[in-house]
Amino acid sequence: MNGLLKDYEVGDFFDEMFSAPGNVRPHYELLAQRLGEMEDGELARKCLLAEKSYLNQGITFTVYSGDEGTERIFPFDLIPRIIPSKEWAHVERGLIQRLTALNFFLHDIYHDQRILKEKIIPKEIVLSAKHFRPELIGFDVPKNIYIHICGTDLIRDRTGVYTVLEDNGRCPSGVSYVLENRQAMKRVFPKLFTKYPVRPVDRYAQDLLAALRYVAPHGKHDPTVVVLSPGIFNSAYFEHSFLARSMGIEIVTGNDLLVKDARVFMKTTKGLKQVDVIYRRIDDDFIDPTVFRKDSVLGVPGIIEAYRKGNVNLANAVGTGVADDKVTYYYVPRMIKFYLGEEPILPNVETYLTSDEAERKFVLENLENLVVKAANESGGYGMLIGPHATKAEIEKFRAAIIEDPRGYVAQPVINLSRSPSFCEGRAEGRHIDLRPYILSGEKTSIIPGGLTRVALRKGSLVVNSSQGGGSKDTWVLDDDDERGEETLNAQSQSQAQSQVQ
Amino acid sequence: MLSRVADSCFWLSRYIERAESNARILDVNMQLILDFEDQAPHLVQRHWQPVLATLEDQELYNELYSEVTPDAVLEFVTFEKKNPHAIVTSIASARENARTVREQISSEMWEQINRTHLYLRDGRGRADFTDSPIDFYRRLVDQLHAFQGTTDATMLHGDGWDFLQLGKYLERADSTSRVLDIKYHILLPSGEKVGGNADITQWMAVLRSCSGMEAYLKTFVGQVTGWQVAEFLTLHDEFPRSIRFCVDQLDLALHRISDCDRGHFSNEAERLCGALRSTLDYTTIGAVFQSGLHQFLDQTQLSLIQIAQAITQTYCQWKDE
Repeated sequence: MNGLLKDYEVGDFFDEMFSAPGNVRPHYELLAQRLGEMEDGELARKCLLAEKSYLNQGITFTVYSGDEGTERIFPFDLIPRIIPSKEWAHVERGLIQRLTALNFFLHDIYHDQRILKEKIIPKEIVLSAKHFRPELIGFDVPKNIYIHICGTDLIRDRTGVYTVLEDNGRCPSGVSYVLENRQAMKRVFPKLFTKYPVRPVDRYAQDLLAALRYVAPHGKHDPTVVVLSPGIFNSAYFEHSFLARSMGIEIVTGNDLLVKDARVFMKTTKGLKQVDVIYRRIDDDFIDPTVFRKDSVLGVPGIIEAYRKGNVNLANAVGTGVADDKVTYYYVPRMIKFYLGEEPILPNVETYLTSDEAERKFVLENLENLVVKAANESGGYGMLIGPHATKAEIEKFRAAIIEDPRGYVAQPVINLSRSPSFCEGRAEGRHIDLRPYILSGEKTSIIPGGLTRVALRKGSLVVNSSQGGGSKDTWVLDDDDERGEETLNAQSQSQAQSQVQ
Repeated sequence: MLSRVADSCFWLSRYIERAESNARILDVNMQLILDFEDQAPHLVQRHWQPVLATLEDQELYNELYSEVTPDAVLEFVTFEKKNPHAIVTSIASARENARTVREQISSEMWEQINRTHLYLRDGRGRADFTDSPIDFYRRLVDQLHAFQGTTDATMLHGDGWDFLQLGKYLERADSTSRVLDIKYHILLPSGEKVGGNADITQWMAVLRSCSGMEAYLKTFVGQVTGWQVAEFLTLHDEFPRSIRFCVDQLDLALHRISDCDRGHFSNEAERLCGALRSTLDYTTIGAVFQSGLHQFLDQTQLSLIQIAQAITQTYCQWKDE
């Protein structure tokens, strides 16, 4: 290897590009060659260009400290992650299976609760879930779709097996970066795109709009669809406006809407205009102060009544949070068997429930070796990484688990797969995960690839942007190309886990 | 369109126009002082004082600075973040409004305003300013002109565009009236008389700060008189920064938004704007000077404020139900 990849250390990890030191996997060969040909400083220059273009386009999130917010770009690593078509087909099948089961599950627990009656999942687990909404029991959502947009976090373990880390069935974010990263890559590496049959991602916005239109109340023919955002101070505001723009629809905030006669209207210069479908990027808790949190100023008073009367539809449905509870996660493989009669295609990370007495005992005895996660938090909050934690932190979690066994799960530490990433002038292995975005509409579609997040800090397993995480473009190769083929080690059930959220 | 979006378009455009006119006023005033041979501090102060009076920020200025110096005034009007009318704050506010309506405006418009904002924030603007303030203001005005051009060339000319026009022409009419008023505030150096050299130089500066010099010379061949400059900037029907032209455009945009025919009005904003338009259409500069130019400009500014309020009430405000 020469150039950027000279002296690249594969380490004791599954490396996406190298099967062994100096041994490039077939689907990475062209890329490795191109990186090898680069002059000194060429990639660094391209990085600066990409960053500048992100900044000029305002592809930023705001970090608040003091009274003035500063805008940062989400760091972008120019070395793409490549997924061969067969590997992707396997992931796709697994994700569709999983989302299908989750949708059945949500319908079931808000109706007959068969899965509880047959004791596949303990009743108290679901009924005590923080995001279970008893207000919506018996309510039929249009077309029986609950999770219209799902972001499922996948990791690859030591042997390269794709494993589900968590399901994000409320308001998964990040898809705008997938689309913007692709644009940036096309500017930076135009020639590579002519050599690699990379599947395009730019249909996403049109597919999303079609999925939203499909679930209009009463099958309305030409529905008015809007994106509901908390507003420009939300860190994901760029994405909300990006999606609205890409779909050609309005972005609204709570104050732009009002409810009258159980119908939702937006306030326009020409009077009130009825809204049919709302892609809401506001959590259940904040969406209607008359039903959920009374102190919410982001929501729309009365919107839940309009929703229950079937005059407006919300995507995702209200109450989907129970499906991405980390205790519910534990039961998803059983759900798949129960509703679909199938074996799960994508395994879960091994998980211990602290609500189970025997498992709790094990967890409490091994806290320094485990990762503990609060069942209802996301974004890296409420998490203990045993091996990196102080004694005091461990004791804090011990007390919390004893206090509320239902509120936590534990998993072994897993070393995520690594991918060469551009760090300090050369390529170094950094840990990555993958968040594909799955849309449920008339059919289920998955954006080819998704957001690959990378822990740019050396040795770090945490890919969150707040903790030095960045992203990479993810290339799924097209079918008719054989370069990408690799035997997929699907049998190996991993004992996998990680602290990525 | 959403009322909130209409409001943001309106303000986005006002802030851009405000930043542009501030940049012009500072540019011209700096050049003007180069023409004076006597640079005694009290004369320099008297030269800059009207700028502050025109921008109506005198009080805040006095809180922040102990005396009127050219550097302090330039700093205050250009970079002072505490000054809500400073160029940097206007651009930041324009950009913040643009951010809330990004799906309404074109990406090209957004990037143009975002680049200008970053230019002022990341030190490049300051560096250019230090090198040559005059070049800095020119560059800034160029960037803002590019925004106007990009807007016309890339955005749908629908309601959103019309609300941008409302903001732009309202602010511009107001700004032209203020620039004219500067002349009222500047006292002639002792010994100079109306129509003398200093007087004419000042009137030319007023024209320049409205980018009106060349257009004026085409209209009134070869001579600059206060009377004619005032007529040109208030009543000319083709000069794009004259008050009459701006009010006419304002009236047009209002009627496009409401679809009401131009001889009638369908809301308070149209009624007020129509009344102002007809005053400007049918008055003469003789009548204006007879009742007092300053009073006339004051009255015009008051009408513009009322029109802005009526636009907000008609289109952008909802009483909670």
